[in-house]
Amino acid sequence: MDVNKNLNDIAEIKELMNKSSRFISLSGLSGVFAGIFALAGAVLVFFRFMEFFSSRISADLYNFELLKGEELKDFITFSIIIGIAVFISAVLTGLFFTLRKAKRNNQKIWDLSVKKLLINLFIPLITGGVFIFALLYHGIIYLIAPTTLVFYGLALINASKFTFRDVRFLGISEVILGLISMFFVGYGIFFWALGFGVLHIIYGISMYIKYDRK
Amino acid sequence: MSIIEGLNKNFESNVRLGIMSILVVNESVDFKTLKEMLNVSDGNLASHIKSLEKVNYIIVEKKFIGKKTNTSYIATLQGKQAFKNHIEAIENFLKSNNK
Repeated sequence: MDVNKNLNDIAEIKELMNKSSRFISLSGLSGVFAGIFALAGAVLVFFRFMEFFSSRISADLYNFELLKGEELKDFITFSIIIGIAVFISAVLTGLFFTLRKAKRNNQKIWDLSVKKLLINLFIPLITGGVFIFALLYHGIIYLIAPTTLVFYGLALINASKFTFRDVRFLGISEVILGLISMFFVGYGIFFWALGFGVLHIIYGISMYIKYDRK
Repeated sequence: MSIIEGLNKNFESNVRLGIMSILVVNESVDFKTLKEMLNVSDGNLASHIKSLEKVNYIIVEKKFIGKKTNTSYIATLQGKQAFKNHIEAIENFLKSNNK
């Protein structure tokens, strides 16, 4: 019995197990660009409401005024529009890089693992969406940014079983960040930029180096 | 006796080992997917599936999707255990060679 043949067999078995149950065409660049769009969105919101955010930075942690009335309405509408724009750009570029990677590696884009990945991603994501809608409905605006981070993180953790393990750690980081930001009301935009922007870029680059660059 | 103790005769073929590798990590997998993953011909795959079926390592599940039948395969507990033992045997062999 030769050692090399057995080593080869084990490597092949591992690859088959991974390929058949995990979606490995997910490109690290998708994460990087999602992060860049999120940062750009956060910057836009920040500059539009700079007065509020800069007062928030200098203010006492628990003694401050949140946005009210017309200004609050304006803030909500603007943030939702930016949020949707960021989401659509991130999904489209993500799809582009992932399709490109699948094509290069001769992998099918639509298989069982993608289906499982999406179902498991969207269960917490839709739950979070409804939860956030309820917060909006009750006027609890200041918890929306932390909530998006928490549910997005849970969605990633749930979906990570069907793609790279790194996604699981990204998810855990998002949840922790979201939970911390629940206690720092009014700083949502900064946590949001950190979670959706910086974390995506860091994990995206690390995944790109690990799995894409060959 | 084989040099490696515990090796399973049923997994001598790479295709059979491949089929089991895929089935232990997936609930059920259809013929077409197995064929694409393993890059083998219909006849070749079918004969290996049959032999795995014979030793009760996998079971066949026929479903109707509309009017078409869709045949999927599921690894049995016995099959999963046999696969695990086989892998462990290879690993032990590799470890003892590393000393």
